[in-house]
Amino acid sequence: MSIEKTTEPPAPVAVTKTAAPGGGGPPRPQKEGQVLNAFSHGILVVWAVMVVLPLLWAVMTSFKDDGAIFGSPWSLPDKLHFDNWSRAWTEANMSDYFLNTVLVVGGSLIGTLALGSMAAYVLARFDFPGNRFIYYLFVGGMSFPIMLALVPLFYVVNNMGLLNTIHGLILVYIAYSLPFTVFFLTAFFRTLPSSVAEAAFVDGASHSRTFFQVMLPMAKPGLISVGIFNFLGQWNQYMLPTVLNTDPDKRVLTQGLVQLAVSQGYKGDWSGLFAGLVMAMLPVLAAYIVFQRQVVQGLTAGALK
Amino acid sequence: MQHGKYRFIVGFLALPLGLYALFVVWPFIQSIYYSFTDWTGLSPEFEMVGLDNYRRMLDDEIFWKSLQHSLMFALVLPLVTIGLALFFAFMINVGGRRRRGGPVISGVRGSSFYKIVYFFPQVLSIAIVALLFAFAYNPDSGAVNSFLRGIGLDGVQPLWLGDPDLALWCVMAVLVWSTVGFFVVLFSAGMASIPADLYEAALLDGAGRATTFFRITLPLLWDTVQSGWVYLGILALGAESFAVVQIMTTGPGGPDYSTTVMVLYVYQKAFRDGQAAYATTIGVALLVVTLAFAALVMRLGRRERLEY
Repeated sequence: MSIEKTTEPPAPVAVTKTAAPGGGGPPRPQKEGQVLNAFSHGILVVWAVMVVLPLLWAVMTSFKDDGAIFGSPWSLPDKLHFDNWSRAWTEANMSDYFLNTVLVVGGSLIGTLALGSMAAYVLARFDFPGNRFIYYLFVGGMSFPIMLALVPLFYVVNNMGLLNTIHGLILVYIAYSLPFTVFFLTAFFRTLPSSVAEAAFVDGASHSRTFFQVMLPMAKPGLISVGIFNFLGQWNQYMLPTVLNTDPDKRVLTQGLVQLAVSQGYKGDWSGLFAGLVMAMLPVLAAYIVFQRQVVQGLTAGALK
Repeated sequence: MQHGKYRFIVGFLALPLGLYALFVVWPFIQSIYYSFTDWTGLSPEFEMVGLDNYRRMLDDEIFWKSLQHSLMFALVLPLVTIGLALFFAFMINVGGRRRRGGPVISGVRGSSFYKIVYFFPQVLSIAIVALLFAFAYNPDSGAVNSFLRGIGLDGVQPLWLGDPDLALWCVMAVLVWSTVGFFVVLFSAGMASIPADLYEAALLDGAGRATTFFRITLPLLWDTVQSGWVYLGILALGAESFAVVQIMTTGPGGPDYSTTVMVLYVYQKAFRDGQAAYATTIGVALLVVTLAFAALVMRLGRRERLEY
């Protein structure tokens, strides 16, 4: 898996025709093209519907009362029950879950980018014994099953008094985000020209000043890509908080919703739960639609040839 | 550039490396060590028991079931997801109608719209997706069965997650749903960078779409497909399958252990049953499976790299 900055996924593939129109080659029967065109469109539409329908269904359901949810899952709501949303926000603690998630992800994201870029910069630009070993130590973390480490990690975190704390969770998030971040940013720093850094150094800037004032600004596109990647990964994280964050007051969104689903079994407030689900879904979807290009770039950056 | 170089290197590496060693590397090493003990996780005392845990694992029927299900995940999920994604990406980029005087190969109309929509599930948390589909699968009031009733299939009302023969497939379908879009976008970007003259030459030689796909598109995309395969397999063995199985199935892992996967079994042994040492043993088995899977895909998929 080598990386490079993802090239922008272009809109319809604009391929210019270089051969003269109709020149050479037997003309392909027009029919085949039409049938295939209709067929491919059909399939593509079906999948688009399959993606959108469950999401629309969730939004619709969040405005229905419990009776309608169970009685007729596909009918439109009789009226818009906005009270579902306010109930979810206050009584079902969605506001707390949001706040916790924002705190954890905010702290983790800043920490991940800071520590990740520091490590990546040193690994990419300096030659020293052990460089390769440390690099592969970080990168190897991407392919290991995290659950194996989580069993002892629970007790490590507990012994340090960090269990069920926001800052404990932040530190763990950072640690588990480092492999990809270091992998990605090391490759990115390698592509930056070294002449600029040398010039700064000749002018008397220290190594750290060169890093903060010259190299980091140059690495901005890479930081944005890896930042989006980490933001979504950390915002959507489920396994780490499930294991390491067992205090009901400290729950993050994903965890809180799952717990809510379990407890709704007793309380029977399904409409409130759906409102909570949609509430958690919409900001991310909205952000994606607005920053569509950057998000796609950030998420596919690591995997593309 | 030698002045203060080592001080700088140490200063910059200490914090990230320290954090990583403490929270990631050290627990991994501990895990492997604990798998040879009888540690419960509830008290700090434990003794070395040699290979007892491993012997127990080989006799544990549920372990074998979980292994089987995890392997299913690692094989079926990438196969279906990547297959569908390649198909969609090809349709989007090459499936368009030939317009007189237009490009030889063109995408379908609205190709960027499809890419935007297909990518939706990728930005949502797998936990939210799993919750949503758990409701949709509900046999009485879920969206799926009520849809079937709506189109007149009253007789076809499966229990979905409640049926031991279906549950695993239901869970896998959710993961396919949520991962296909990412690969469509990924492969589309790859297809867009394939030079047009290659397609033109193939068309001039009278190649159909299928031939074009298997002879040109797929070989030139091979690197991306392969790394996608490894990435998806690791997800399917680890975090993603944990989330969907733990959230969606009864038990979780049921009915009757029909959906238990290794990663869930590790979690349950450690944090529900108080058998931390045995949990790490299963975790070690999961590690072996994961590494073997990655090595196998890289080896089987190795072919000469095509430059273009």
